[in-house]
Amino acid sequence: MSSASLSPSQRAWQRFRRNRLGYWSLLIFCTLFILSLGAELISNDKPLLARYQGQWYFPIAQNVPETEFGGDFQTPTDYLDPFIQKQFQQADNFAWYPINPYHHSTINYFAKEPNPSGPSSDNWLGTDDRGRDVAARLLYGFRISVLFALALTCIGVLLGVLTGALQGFFGGKTDLWFQRFIEIWGSMPELYLLIIFSAMFDPSVALLLILLSLFGWMGLSDYVRAEFLRNRQLDYVRAARAMGLSNWQIIWRHILPNSLTPVVTFLPFRMSAAILALTSLDFLGLGVPPGTPSLGELLAQGKNNIDAWWISLSTFGVLVVSLLLLTFMGDALRDALDPRKADR
Amino acid sequence: MMDTPTPPNLDTRMPASSPAGQGASHAADAPALLDVRNLSVSFGGKEVVSGLSFSIAAGEKVALVGESGSGKTVSALSLLRLLQDAQVSGNAIFQGPQGAVDLLALSDAGLRSVRGSDISMIFQEPMTALNPLFTVGDQIAEVLELKLGLDKSAARQRCVELLAATGIPEPERRATAFAHQLSGGQRQRAMIAMALACRPRLLLADEPTTALDVTLRGQILDLLADLQRQHGMAVLMITHDLNLVRRFADRVLVMENGLLVEQGPVSKVFEKPQHAYTRQLIDSKPVRDVLEPPDQGKQPPLLQADNLRISYRTPLPGLRGWFGHGEFVAVKAASFAIAPATTLGVIGESGSGKSTLALAALGLLPFIGKLSINEKYWTGKHNIDKELRKLIQVVFQDPFSSLSPRLTVEEIVGEGLQVHQPELSKAERRQRVELALTEVGLGETLFPGLLTRYPHEFSGGQRQRLAIARALIVQPRLLILDEPTSALDVTIQKQVLELLQRLQKEHGLSYLLITHDVDVIRAMAHQVLVMKDGMVLESGPTAQVLDQPKHPYTAALAQAAVENSLENQGT
Repeated sequence: MSSASLSPSQRAWQRFRRNRLGYWSLLIFCTLFILSLGAELISNDKPLLARYQGQWYFPIAQNVPETEFGGDFQTPTDYLDPFIQKQFQQADNFAWYPINPYHHSTINYFAKEPNPSGPSSDNWLGTDDRGRDVAARLLYGFRISVLFALALTCIGVLLGVLTGALQGFFGGKTDLWFQRFIEIWGSMPELYLLIIFSAMFDPSVALLLILLSLFGWMGLSDYVRAEFLRNRQLDYVRAARAMGLSNWQIIWRHILPNSLTPVVTFLPFRMSAAILALTSLDFLGLGVPPGTPSLGELLAQGKNNIDAWWISLSTFGVLVVSLLLLTFMGDALRDALDPRKADR
Repeated sequence: MMDTPTPPNLDTRMPASSPAGQGASHAADAPALLDVRNLSVSFGGKEVVSGLSFSIAAGEKVALVGESGSGKTVSALSLLRLLQDAQVSGNAIFQGPQGAVDLLALSDAGLRSVRGSDISMIFQEPMTALNPLFTVGDQIAEVLELKLGLDKSAARQRCVELLAATGIPEPERRATAFAHQLSGGQRQRAMIAMALACRPRLLLADEPTTALDVTLRGQILDLLADLQRQHGMAVLMITHDLNLVRRFADRVLVMENGLLVEQGPVSKVFEKPQHAYTRQLIDSKPVRDVLEPPDQGKQPPLLQADNLRISYRTPLPGLRGWFGHGEFVAVKAASFAIAPATTLGVIGESGSGKSTLALAALGLLPFIGKLSINEKYWTGKHNIDKELRKLIQVVFQDPFSSLSPRLTVEEIVGEGLQVHQPELSKAERRQRVELALTEVGLGETLFPGLLTRYPHEFSGGQRQRLAIARALIVQPRLLILDEPTSALDVTIQKQVLELLQRLQKEHGLSYLLITHDVDVIRAMAHQVLVMKDGMVLESGPTAQVLDQPKHPYTAALAQAAVENSLENQGT
């Protein structure tokens, strides 16, 4: 006998790891996400470190006026300005730029072609129709998409589990009224509400998060409710009741851990749905405020500049890869948690 | 009660009164009807049946006996190649109408012609074996049309005859009923009618009576024996119940862990079992080993129930359902008392309301009437009821659903202490958990790292011990045992009952024991309560109720058990 006993969730994790496609998808997705969290260090128009006339600067963290580097004005330095770059090449001055020397908002005023310009050694994936670097916007846009999806998924899961647990555990009248409420709430025209609200309020990521969360919990709530209804009449819950545990203890210790299978299974799929939702709202112009880097806004630009194939193709690529990775993860997770598939 | 009517002689192919079964087993001149050689079945590299060889002569009744996991059902299913993702090897030579065929090497089309017409099957649970979307008649007629090529009206008429032959009353009406509209016994009769529709030469019966109530089991068994005689077919009955084997079979095969350990004529095997496992199976009848309470009536009862009435709400059909609800009375006017250190056995069929009674005694269901435990009452208020919960604990039937799969043994068993004695330190709690586990016969020596294990690592009997330990740790005075052994194998059942008897003697526990098994009642109970359809038919001291029953239903229950024990002495 092996010394350590594995809990059901540990065994599920082992089954997940055995699915190589899903496991590698998880690793790649996590790597991409962590890289994108450090986007400021990878893609930025300010050097990470600079030395000018014997003095050290950290332009990425501090705001240095142009006069420090021999410029004429007290304005913040534009490090992409050929004059400034020339200053840093003198003597033992140097500036250590990030790999991609553009921020998502940087407009490349020194492009050799009119905007949108195609891929070149300056802009690896070209620029968009306002002269901003597509690679930088993709990186920042991916980060916003994933962060938004994570937040939306978390809120949706919390709300869904809470409401599902209440309905399933107490049943009866609570369940009946909550179900009727869900039916009414679920029949509201979500998209039109979004359009109306985006006209009434200033668009922002937080507003989008709230509006999408208002409708996003219902699907999960039904699954959790069904699991609770099933689990609450199992003998171990009856035994816990007979033992004198309070409702809260029974929910927390006994029913909830055994009802989370659908929640966990749906996590990657909910993530990809959230990414898609944000992208399509941005595409329609109902999403994040202008200027925010987003995949949907890039797609809209690609549609408007159909000749600039680099915009639509690269955005499309990023979307497909991230959604595919999430789907592979979801499939592996579903297999790992399938009770009918015993571990061999 | 349903008497088996003398069925009309359906068989034209065989003489009705062939003395099948008697001489068949030593008919050496003719080849055996089914000759299985070296059958092995494995799933994903794990062998569950290894090197099984046996033969069945025409018209012979053979029983295949073993506990769950011994590979008996798998062996039978593999004969008709009904197992998916299984690797089957060996030979199964069947003497079909067109000569001998190897069932395991037959083409799919050839196998289809054998299935249902030459070899047919009865399953354990008729509710799931019948298609819920078709009437029983349609399903039987389908077999007739497919296999015998009858036209619609002929098939329908034949179907009614078949149903009549199985003793279903009003067969014309039942043929148009759906599976859920029939009772359990009628459903199994319909299954039998379907299996016999094409007069098979061999019938595989997989635990045909296990899902039925005790009083029905004998009837179904008699019906099978009757039909077997008329049709002259061979029967391979798969069962874990030795009483059925004694009553029904000519020859018995005993399986343990995928191996055939013993075979021979029933009388010989039961008289002189050769293999230790067979002996263990035969000796598995529970033995009475309880202390008689010293002076009954003097001590105040631990639990006293007067006129309990428990009902469920049921939805009403149609528009009335909008304004009200119906009521299903599960228990009517039940009165009983349990004295300290004694066992009250509650016996009845499924649906008799005995489990409902248990839930009400635990304060988990609302009821009308008076129920006092140690002169306290359920209030429905969590904090007040907590005191009572310490006195009364429960062990459920199904050892797989009664332990939360995501908690460790220590968490499961120690939970009661967290609720009732939160002042204990972690070390003290662990000590108490270990003590409780030792008491039910589970220890570190048997299971290294016992406390951190999860329920899935234990067998059914061990899980039931865990459930008993969980109940015992709060030192209750009354334990409610809801069919504590009916999901367990016979040998394990005996061990668990012995454990319960020992615990009663050592701790002076009282039990409210709910069961459908007269043998368990005889072994455990001081007082007995007979329930049917929510009514208490009879109650009193165990010996008196079972030996001089006043109610015909009690008599029928006791009769089934007595028959078995009489035969036991006879063989």
